[in-house]
Amino acid sequence: MTSSQTSVSLSIDGNQVQVPEGTTIHKACESAEINTPTLCWAENLTPVNVCRVCVVEVEGNRTLVPSCARPAEEGMVVHTDSERVRHSRRMVLEFLGSGVDLDQATPLHEWIVRYDADITRYDQPELPAAVIDEPIKIQDDLYIRDYNRCVLCYKCVEACGDDAQHTFAIAVAGRGFDARISTEYDVELPESACVYCGNCIGVCPTGAIQFKTEFDLRLAGDWRPDQQEITRTVCSYCGVGCNLEIHTQDGRIVKATSPADHSVTSGHLCVKGRFGWTYVQPST
Amino acid sequence: MTDLHFTDDRADSTEIEAVAAAIGNETVVVVDTERLIRGGTERRHQSRHLLLPALHALQRAKGWITPGGLNHVADVLQVPPAEAYGVATFYEMFRTVDPGHSESVTHVCVDAACQIAGSDTLGDELAAKGTAVHRSPCLGQCERAPARFVQGVGTPDEVPADSEPLVFHQQGDPSLRLLKRIGVVDPGSLDSYRSNGGYVALDRAIEMGAAAVLDAVADSGLSGRGGAAFPTGVKWRAVAAEEGCPKHVVANCDESEPGTFKDRVVMENDPFSIIESLTIAGFATSAENGWIYIRGEYPLAAARLEAAIDQARNAGLLGPDAAGSGHTFDIEIRRGAGAYICGEETALFASIEGFRGEPRSKPPFPTTHGLFGQPTAINNPETLLNVLDIVALGADEYRSRGTEKSPGTKLLCLSGRVANPGLYEVEFGTSLGQVLELAGGLTGSSELRAVLLGGAAGSFVGPESLGLPLTLEDTRNLGTTLGSGVVMAFTTDVDMTPVLIRIAEFFRNESCGQCVPCRIGTQRQHETLVQVGRIGSITADRRQLVDDMARAMADASICGLGHTASSAVSSALALGLIGGTT
Ligand SMILES: Cc1cc2nc3c(=O)[nH]c(=O)nc-3n(C[C@H](O)[C@H](O)[C@H](O)COP(=O)(O)O)c2cc1C
Ligand code: SF4
Ligand code: SF4
Ligand code: SF4
Ligand code: FES
Ligand code: FES
Repeated sequence: MTSSQTSVSLSIDGNQVQVPEGTTIHKACESAEINTPTLCWAENLTPVNVCRVCVVEVEGNRTLVPSCARPAEEGMVVHTDSERVRHSRRMVLEFLGSGVDLDQATPLHEWIVRYDADITRYDQPELPAAVIDEPIKIQDDLYIRDYNRCVLCYKCVEACGDDAQHTFAIAVAGRGFDARISTEYDVELPESACVYCGNCIGVCPTGAIQFKTEFDLRLAGDWRPDQQEITRTVCSYCGVGCNLEIHTQDGRIVKATSPADHSVTSGHLCVKGRFGWTYVQPST
Repeated sequence: MTDLHFTDDRADSTEIEAVAAAIGNETVVVVDTERLIRGGTERRHQSRHLLLPALHALQRAKGWITPGGLNHVADVLQVPPAEAYGVATFYEMFRTVDPGHSESVTHVCVDAACQIAGSDTLGDELAAKGTAVHRSPCLGQCERAPARFVQGVGTPDEVPADSEPLVFHQQGDPSLRLLKRIGVVDPGSLDSYRSNGGYVALDRAIEMGAAAVLDAVADSGLSGRGGAAFPTGVKWRAVAAEEGCPKHVVANCDESEPGTFKDRVVMENDPFSIIESLTIAGFATSAENGWIYIRGEYPLAAARLEAAIDQARNAGLLGPDAAGSGHTFDIEIRRGAGAYICGEETALFASIEGFRGEPRSKPPFPTTHGLFGQPTAINNPETLLNVLDIVALGADEYRSRGTEKSPGTKLLCLSGRVANPGLYEVEFGTSLGQVLELAGGLTGSSELRAVLLGGAAGSFVGPESLGLPLTLEDTRNLGTTLGSGVVMAFTTDVDMTPVLIRIAEFFRNESCGQCVPCRIGTQRQHETLVQVGRIGSITADRRQLVDDMARAMADASICGLGHTASSAVSSALALGLIGGTT
């Protein structure tokens, strides 16, 4: 921030904060060391502001506003921990927990505790709360889709589409509670436009899309993230220079990712970097 | 060469011809060297607004949208098939699964007015006779409950009741402003419209100039009739102030709020009035593009508007130098395909643009970022209709009716247990009781239980509110709303529990699904009411849950659908209409 014209000053939970114009409220909170949950937001994707877990109260606004997408404005008075904010965050987490399997959505676990969300109170006698209830889609050897874990954050759609891959193999289909991530007519992935870049896996926050290697290890009860090693390297297939993070467990590669803040990839890869490591080790 | 990937399914000649007839032979030519990335993405967005008309053509041709048909449209318009499928599955009128027959489908309304008029039985009877029946949300014919709409396969859609003569109880009443031509004018004739005062206002507007029209609209105190009551003058001035890019005016004729049918009656019986007033809006805001987005279940209204636009264009009232104004203005019609949410202004834009009808976050507002991201003034047709009188009479004379804060008159849709359901025009400030009298008083047990004001997104009031003056300020003070002008009466013989369960189901079905509070909240609210219906009362913890959900939906949802999804339910609980006495 160079001149006063390009910066705005706002109050967040009583602290005066100054940020460059165009900064989101969420980023402004970060700069004031106020931790705000996000789910559908990611550094490398356009904000869709659909999950509403990041809502904050801005004085003068009738409803709460999504901090991940709303730019900070001069003179804004923001509350991130009011009763209204806590209530809505709690309910968003309860709603998600009542309908979606959040076992592998690790960041959410801490917030469920923080906001005191009771995800069990939606089941009623003889009327369990409706859930997605779709069989797990295992259509190839590379990755699986388990939409019972999907929170419909749109991240995979964005990564497959305008924000990274420009393949548009998957989109949201249906409406309301019946909305789903789907290929056209739900055709299997190998029949669809999918090019197996795995960028959808890279952004999925819940494990709804995951490497087949990870899925199989989890199924066998042998998925041990705390015992995994991450080796940073550069993809050897072409000259672009994508940074790779090779995750290994017991000396075997279990998945490949790329850092979201890497200048070349923004976290996105192609099929070779993502899955082209089987030659390094004999298949099991 | 294209980057798109298609499955092997191919369209047959019926489908290809139907699509060509609907959108012309327009195809996106993708140059050999051009990758869809960037340049190509931009280019194909230019024709994507033809997706909805093309999907209509496929649905009509086969009774469902086949994978081959979808591939063809996706290829012609260069839309990724997965996205086209996402759009097709968004709408109630489109099928993406083979129904196994190619007969027309009869939609039977199951919303409140029709529900209490026995639509369930009607649906069962029709089905027993072998008719393909689809249970539908409000069809916008609540005065004809139980209502039907027939979706044709290979034949035009039709509404059985359209062949019956118009029923309009106020015909000839000299105090009418907005409805003065209903039943009087020939809706198919521009000459008849002119001889009934038509196009006087447009001539006057051109004489006054755009700035004076904007002043008159602002001075009149006119506020939006689509539900949110936003000052029209403020909206129009904001669009008029935008310069240097194409601008749009849109008539929001999606009319899907349960209990609402006012716009349909006007479009069917006085279509030129909407064209004239939209032209004035274009003139005042210097927008060249007019759009009418009309719900798919209104075939007669769409046909009459289409015919009226043709006549107006032939008479030089639309097109370059429209009506000698020196301003170019033309109007295009778009048919919706069954989605309440597409009445929300930003969802409506997305729908026209060929995307899923998902609302966008505001700000930015439509006045700067509207249709195709360009400045747009979007109004309800009733709002537009008022402009004719404002321009012709002047703001002062216009304000001589109604109250200081609610000037003018209001269209009300009377339905439910009243003797003469139908459309009425009353002066703002008329009491609820007087309005019910105007509609011939109550039927059923003749003893009032509750009135639903403002539609499913509105709220219930009890008999103690019969004296309520129907104005924006008085309804707001009472915590209710006039919304889209719904006044639906329920007498003591009506079991309110199924009515409330259905209202909850309506929101559950109509949520676009984008945001968590509404997508899951409306589902849980419905489940909770089903449970209340089963056990016949509401426990303290369920009551707490309903309130908790209501607050989060109202506070944290993206759009008005989620914000109001609990309002009728909450008011019904407060009045003790369901869940036992409180
Ligand atoms: C779920 C939902 C449905 C709506 N449906 C309609 C509709 O059918 N017609 C309409 O005019 N406005 C509708 N609105 C309101 C529009 O968003 C918008 O406010 C209106 O068209 C503006 O016109 P006005 O200022 O003339 O009222 C709806 C809003 C929501 C949230
Ligand atoms: S792997 Fe890549 S192309 Fe396939 S669905 Fe995921 S993001 Fe799209
Ligand atoms: S699959 Fe994952 S990334 Fe995609 S919408 Fe669901 S939770 Fe989000
Ligand atoms: S409130 Fe409901 S209808 Fe509106 S954007 Fe959210 S999910 Fe869609
Ligand atoms: S993180 Fe802001 S709405 Fe999802
Ligand atoms: S048409 Fe049935 S309630 Fe409106």
